[in-house]
Amino acid sequence: MQYIPNILFLIVLVAGIGYFTKNIRKIIRNIKLGREADTSGNKSERWGNVVRIALGQSKMVVRPIAGLMHFVVYVGFVIINIEVLEIIIDGLFGTHRIFSFLGGFYDFLIASFEILALLVFIAVIIFWLRRNVQRIKRFLSPEMEGWPKNDGNLILYFEMVLMTLFIVLNAADLQLQNIGAEHYSRAGSFPVSQYLLPLLDGLSESTLIIIERAAWWLHIIGILIFLNYLYYSKHLHIILAFPNVYFGKLTTPGKFKNLESVTKEVKLMMDPNVDPFAAPPEGADAAEAPAKFGASDVMDLTTTQLLNAYTCTECGRCTSECPANQTGKKLSPRKIMMDTRDRLQEVGANIDANGSFQDDGKQLLGDYISTEELWACTTCNACVEACPVSIDPLSIIMDMRQYLVMEQSAAPTELNVTMTNIENNSAPWPFNQMDRANWIKE
Amino acid sequence: MSEVIKVPTMAEFMAQGKNPEVLFWVGCAGSFDDRAKKISKAFAKLLNNAGVEFAVLGTEEGCSGDPAKRAGNEFLFQMQAMMNIQVLNGYEIKKIVTTCPHCFNTLKNEYPELGGTYEVMHHTQFLKSLLNEGRLKVEGGKFKGKRITFHDPCYLGRANNEYEAPRDLLRKLEVELVEMKRCKSRGLCCGAGGAQMFKEPENGDKDINIERTEEALETKPDVIAAGCPFCNTMMTDGVKGKEKEDSIEVMDVAEMIAAAADL
Repeated sequence: MQYIPNILFLIVLVAGIGYFTKNIRKIIRNIKLGREADTSGNKSERWGNVVRIALGQSKMVVRPIAGLMHFVVYVGFVIINIEVLEIIIDGLFGTHRIFSFLGGFYDFLIASFEILALLVFIAVIIFWLRRNVQRIKRFLSPEMEGWPKNDGNLILYFEMVLMTLFIVLNAADLQLQNIGAEHYSRAGSFPVSQYLLPLLDGLSESTLIIIERAAWWLHIIGILIFLNYLYYSKHLHIILAFPNVYFGKLTTPGKFKNLESVTKEVKLMMDPNVDPFAAPPEGADAAEAPAKFGASDVMDLTTTQLLNAYTCTECGRCTSECPANQTGKKLSPRKIMMDTRDRLQEVGANIDANGSFQDDGKQLLGDYISTEELWACTTCNACVEACPVSIDPLSIIMDMRQYLVMEQSAAPTELNVTMTNIENNSAPWPFNQMDRANWIKE
Repeated sequence: MSEVIKVPTMAEFMAQGKNPEVLFWVGCAGSFDDRAKKISKAFAKLLNNAGVEFAVLGTEEGCSGDPAKRAGNEFLFQMQAMMNIQVLNGYEIKKIVTTCPHCFNTLKNEYPELGGTYEVMHHTQFLKSLLNEGRLKVEGGKFKGKRITFHDPCYLGRANNEYEAPRDLLRKLEVELVEMKRCKSRGLCCGAGGAQMFKEPENGDKDINIERTEEALETKPDVIAAGCPFCNTMMTDGVKGKEKEDSIEVMDVAEMIAAAADL
């Protein structure tokens, strides 16, 4: 009978981690629906980016207040997880504060966890105030209405509850240590939770044990629920930011990729020795259909672009820097990322239900992202520059424009005129190429 | 203006069996747009003044393809690129300078994979190199002590990480350089990029060039300095929209240097 808590703990732990793993595998499967991404380039440069941008949060601090508070929550999250390791060992083996043999160092660890927990709590409160009282503009865009807004707040509530449970658990433990309860030997230093002691004063040992055990169980169960909540929320960035930064674009932001399939055709067109009626060379796959130009749905995007969509945590820095968005146009780079993820999740659910993707009569273009949004972009790279985790909304906009223009001939009329001019007289305006040097003599 | 500026073509150099030091890629705006032509002329004068042997392609130059590519027409872009590359490689061009950041970006970053690899410089970078070599003198003249704010072109700044060359030149003009709230890597676009120059903006509350012009006006400038013919147009329109064209000029950095030297 005495092993019941251990067995119960094992079941909860396996269920929590197991369900999370199942969903992570779904994410990986969905990302792999994309086209192969260009992951060439210097590996050490990629790791350098991970260290600087992801671990070092170099782009977060561009906005100092949010950057600093985020840094507190980030450091708190990473460090306090050492405590979770102890909780897991204690839970599995029925020990209590297994790391307390570390002595003075253990005291130092617990003390730093407590201080960090308090700082995280304060930072999270400020984050909540920024969203709900100060009502910072970037959290109020149309795409944030409904679930995304609630999602953002829910994450903050989760963190508040988890930090509170951690402090309560320590306070009860400390009080039990003070009254000399069995199993609660002296361990740890409690610079924050000691101030809760007056609240626990006079409670019996058994009540204190109930409080301590309840806080302990709720804390670890809360962590497992939060872990599983990630998949349903915008909060996956705490894991995906690292691979996402690794696979981020290395070339200069102004360089847009050249479509190789187009290069082949243009070279054929310009080669005077090519026989346009020649039979395809021996061994060529006659059935090979020419690749679709650009993107109309998530499967046309690259794996990196799809990873981008899962990584986006909807902070809205991209949208708040976007010149189109700032002047009231419909385009919001954040919405491009959210739409891509929503559509990808829909496609994933379709695969779950049918075994393989069955046409649902929908696509990213039109059903999620409108042409008006796509044509509002000035390709200025402000969104790319603003993203703290190397997401590239511009590349998705460009791929979808390519689909509109090359597959559907659906450019705005004025742009069709411009492109006709370029084709006919090699300038976007209707001037004769033979007049190109006239400015010299004018 | 009817003064004659010496602007030889590559064909003329070829006929003499010579190679110029650098090719001046004029671009469509620099060739055809009335405002941008003045920038081309000012830059050509500076090159002549510094004793740079340069040439233009003249009627052999074609649109770099940037607006087609940003509009999503990869076919048209690559057609333009390959035609230009044939001409450039035919003349064995090694070094190109251009007054348009869009041409600059495309030639520098997107042509190499298509077979056209050159050393490509924006004109502010080239002028700065001339300054460093002591071939170009930049002095305050009429701009000494004037308040100047520089509008970063997206395709020079964020796209290619060049923020200092134009500012270094302006400092040499002994101006009082004042920055807008959003500048350098966080600079606000003028609204012309991504082929927007050639279409009406989508529906919104405001035009982007007006937003940017208002920000520039907050710095109370005598001159808004630009480094791109499209930004120049957008900011000029913005200043006119605010009825400030009598007191505030929009000028390219090259024009300012040429004007300061009374060229």
